[in-house]
Amino acid sequence: MADFDWLFFIEVLVGGLLSGVMYSLVAIGFVLIYKTSGVLNFAQGAMLLFAALTFVSLTERGISFPLAFIITFGVMVFLGVAIERTVLRPLTNKPPITLFMATLGLSYVIEGAAQLLWGTQIHGLDLGIEDLPFDVGGVYISQFDIFAAVVAAGMVALLSLFFRYTRIGLGFRAVADDQFAAIAVGLRLPWIWATVWAAAGVVALVAGLLWSARVGVQFSLSLIVLKALPVLVLGGFDSILGAIVGGLLIGASEKLAEVYIGEYFGGGIEGWFAYVIALAFLLVRPSGLFGQKLVERV
Amino acid sequence: MSAIASDLPHSHFPARWAVTLALLAIAYVGVPLLGSSYLFEAILLPFLALSLAGVGLNILTGYAGQVSLGSAAFMAVGAFAAYNFNLRVDGLPLIASIVLAGFAAAAIGLVFGLPSLRLKGFYLAVSTLAAQFFVQWALTKFSWFSNDSASGVIDAPALSVAGFVFEGPVGRYYFALNVVAALTFLSYRLVNSQTGRNFIAVRDNETAARIIGVQVLKTKLLAFAVSSFIMGIAGVLWAFAYLRTVEPAGFNLDRSFQILFIVIIGGLASIRGAFFGAALIVVFPLLLSRLGSFLLGDVFDSGVLDMTQRIVLGVLIILFLILEPDGLVALWHRVRKRIGTALRRSRSQ
Amino acid sequence: MHAMTFAFGGLGSAPFPPDVQEHLVGLDRSSRADETPSSDAATNENSVLDLVGVRLSFGGVVALSDIDLSVGRGEILAIIGPNGAGKSSIINVISGVYRPDRGRVRLSGRDHTQVPTQALARHGVARTFQNLALFRGLSVLDNVVAGRAYRTRSSFIGQIAGSGQARAEQVDARDRAARVLGFLHLSHVGDRLAGTLPYGLQKRVELARALVAEPKILLLDEPMAGMTATEKNEMADFVRAARDTLGTTVVLIEHDIGVVMGLSDRVVVLDYGRKIADGTPDEVQANQRVIDAYLGVAPENDDGEGI
Repeated sequence: MADFDWLFFIEVLVGGLLSGVMYSLVAIGFVLIYKTSGVLNFAQGAMLLFAALTFVSLTERGISFPLAFIITFGVMVFLGVAIERTVLRPLTNKPPITLFMATLGLSYVIEGAAQLLWGTQIHGLDLGIEDLPFDVGGVYISQFDIFAAVVAAGMVALLSLFFRYTRIGLGFRAVADDQFAAIAVGLRLPWIWATVWAAAGVVALVAGLLWSARVGVQFSLSLIVLKALPVLVLGGFDSILGAIVGGLLIGASEKLAEVYIGEYFGGGIEGWFAYVIALAFLLVRPSGLFGQKLVERV
Repeated sequence: MSAIASDLPHSHFPARWAVTLALLAIAYVGVPLLGSSYLFEAILLPFLALSLAGVGLNILTGYAGQVSLGSAAFMAVGAFAAYNFNLRVDGLPLIASIVLAGFAAAAIGLVFGLPSLRLKGFYLAVSTLAAQFFVQWALTKFSWFSNDSASGVIDAPALSVAGFVFEGPVGRYYFALNVVAALTFLSYRLVNSQTGRNFIAVRDNETAARIIGVQVLKTKLLAFAVSSFIMGIAGVLWAFAYLRTVEPAGFNLDRSFQILFIVIIGGLASIRGAFFGAALIVVFPLLLSRLGSFLLGDVFDSGVLDMTQRIVLGVLIILFLILEPDGLVALWHRVRKRIGTALRRSRSQ
Repeated sequence: MHAMTFAFGGLGSAPFPPDVQEHLVGLDRSSRADETPSSDAATNENSVLDLVGVRLSFGGVVALSDIDLSVGRGEILAIIGPNGAGKSSIINVISGVYRPDRGRVRLSGRDHTQVPTQALARHGVARTFQNLALFRGLSVLDNVVAGRAYRTRSSFIGQIAGSGQARAEQVDARDRAARVLGFLHLSHVGDRLAGTLPYGLQKRVELARALVAEPKILLLDEPMAGMTATEKNEMADFVRAARDTLGTTVVLIEHDIGVVMGLSDRVVVLDYGRKIADGTPDEVQANQRVIDAYLGVAPENDDGEGI
C-alpha cells in the first residue's frame, strides 16, 4: 500500500462527488413531488428530456439563450400543471403504487411527444462553460463539475427560501407534514400540488440543461431517472437533504468502485452498482438515510 | 391495488369450463386450419410468450402484491439457462432443459426477492430494478453465457420432444400453446388454493395475514420463486419459439415495463387478464401502424410510428388506471353481463 | 412437516400441535413455576393471559406504563378509557404487533417479551382490528377460510396437484368457515367480495375470521365502533355466544359503556396509559377515580357514547 496514489484517489473521489451532484439534481425533483403528494414520479426523467429538447430546439432555431430559457421555463410550468390536472387529480386517493404506474405511463407519453415534436436526432448543447481541468493543490477538478455544483447549491438555496418564506411554500410544508390537517385549515391542495409539479418541471429544466451539456440531448437522457432511483432509495424518498447526501455517496462510491474494483468485474458495473449499494444500505435501514419511519397503526 | 377482485367465485363451474374448452378447441384446431404464417409469426407466438410472462408477473404483483420492475430479467435467465443446459449437458431432453431453466429463474427470483422481506412499496419496486440491470449486465459481460459467440446473438435449438420436432410457425405455435396451456392451468390451480389465498392475504393486509398464521416471509418468497419460474419459461418461449434467437438485448427494461403494462391493462389478480392484456399489447402496434400509414401515408415512417406507439401506450395505461382500474377483464365481465341481459330480454319478448 | 412448521414457533414454544398443547396447559403451568418463580405476584392461578409490568412508549410519548393484567379462562374482560388512554396498545402488545419496552406477556403459561405474531394463531390467540383489516379482494367465505391458514400442513405443490391432504384441509376449512358464517348470520353474503360489504357486516366478518380459528383467547379491538344500537346488541350477543359455546376468553375494547357493562364479567379502566380501575362492572362504575377520569373529560356527554 506504500505506493497508493493518494492524489489520484482524491481526484477520483472529488470527481465522483461532483458527478453525484448531478444525480442529486435529478433526485430533488422526485423528492418535491413525493413529499407533498406521495407520488414517486417516474416521469421526472422524461420531463428532463422534454425540457432539454425544447430548450435546445429553440436555440437551434435562433432564439437567444435567455429567451429560450424563459420560454422553456413557461412550458415546463405549464406541463407540470397540466399533468397535475389531467393525470393526478382523477387519481386522488388511489393507492401510491397506482399513481406510480400512472407516472410510468406518463413517461411514455412525454418521451414520445418530445421526440415526435422535436425529432429524434442527437443535439449538442454548449452552455459556454469550458470543461477544462482546474488545478487545486495538485488535484485536477473539472470546471464544469464545479459550475454544476454551484448551480445545484443555488437551486437548493432558492427552493429553501421559497418554501420557508412564501405562502405557497408554507402550505407545501404543511401538506408534507399532514395532509388532513392541511385540508382542515383550509389550504387548497390542488393549488399546492400544481405549484409543486410546476416546481418539479423547473428542476427538471435545470438538471436537463446541465446533463445535456455533459452528454448531449438525446433519448437516453430520460434514463437518468434510473440513476436517481438508487439515490432516492438511499436518501429516503421524502428528504431533500437525503437526495443531496445520497447523490454524493452514490456518485463517489460508483466512481471509486469503477476505478478500483471495476476491472475485477470486467468493467461496466455502473449500471447496477448504485443499486447494490442502495440495497445493502436498505437492509440495515429500511427507510433510507433521512427518510421518515412511520409507526404502523393497526 | 388493494381492492382487486380475484377471478370470480367458483359458481357456474360447467359453464366456465365449457368456455375454456371451446377456446382450447379453437386454439388447437381452428386457428392452425385458418391462420396464415404471418398470424403465427407476428401475433400468436409473441402473444403466447407474453401472456405467460403476464401470468407469472400477475402471481407476484396482482395476487401477492409485490411490484416488480424486473420481469424481463427472469425471462432472460430462463432463456439463457435453457440454452446452456441444452448446449452443455449431453443427452438432456429439451423439456428437461426448459424445466431446469424454470428452476434457475426461480432461484434468481428468490435471491432478488429477498429484499421484499424488509422492503415495501416503492423501495421494493426500485430494488427489483437491480435484478433487471444486474442480469442484463452479466449476460452481456460474460460471453460464456452465449457460448462465446461474437455478436452475443445465438440460434435457438430445434424444439424436439421425445423424437418429435415442432417445426415451422405452426409447429412452434403448438409447442408454445402446450406449454402455456399447461402452466396456465397449474397457475389457476395455485391461485385458487390456500397458497393463493395467502398471497392475497399478504397483499391486502400483511399484519392481519401474519396474525391469522400466514407465514408472510415464506409466502412472499414463494410468490417470487413461482412467478420467476413461470417468467423464466415465458423467456424460453420468447427466445426459442418466437424469435428463434437468444439475445440479452431483447430482455431489457422496456420489456419489463411491457409485461407490467400487460398486467395492468388486462387486470391485476386475474389469470385471464394476462391474456387480454397481452393480446392488446401485441395487436395494437400492428393496428396502429396500419392505421397510421393508411391515414398519413409516407409521413408515418418507423420513427413516427415508434413515438406514436409510446404515446398511445402511455395514454392507454393512464386511461385504464383512471377509468378501469380492474382492467380489460372487468370490462369484459360488464360487456358479457350486458349481452346476457339483452339476450334474455329479446328472448322473453 | 410438523418439525418445520413449528420451528417458526418462536422462543419457548412446545413442539406439539395446538390441539395437543391444549391438553398440556396444566402440565406446562406446573413446570413453569420452576422456570420463572419470582414474577407471579400479579398473576393468578386460573389466568390464561397475563401482562406483567408492561411499558410501551413511542419516541418519548408513554402509551402504557407498568400495566399488570390478568385474564381468567372463559372471562369476558372489557378495557375502557378515554381516547389515547392506551387501549389499542394493550391489544397490540398482546398480539405482538408492538414490542413493549419493558415487561412480559404470558400466554397460556409461556413468557414472551415480544409475542411472536406469526405463531400467535398456533398459540390459540385470534384478534380483530380497530380499522377494518379484511382481505378486500377475497370473498367473505374465503376470508373466513383464510382464518384456518395456521392449520395448513400441505405444501403448495400438494395443493396444485390436489393431494389427499390438501383436499381434506380445504374441505375441512370450508366446512368450518360455512358453519361460522351460519353462526354469525353471514351465510347470505358468503360469495360477496369482502370489501364491498357495509361496514357493520365487515366487522362481523372479521369476528368470523377470528372465530374460525377456534381461539382460546379472542382479542376484539373496538368490535362495535361505528355500529347502530341494534348492530351493537347483535354483536354483543355473538361475543357472548362465542364464549358460551367455545369457552373462549375474550378481551375487548369498547367505547359504549352501556354495552360494556352488560356484556363484560370484568372491566379494566385505563387513563393516560395507566390502569386506574379493575373490577366488576358495578365496582368500576362506583369507583371515584373512574368517575373523575370520565366525567372530567366529557361532562356534557350524557349517554356515555363517544368517550
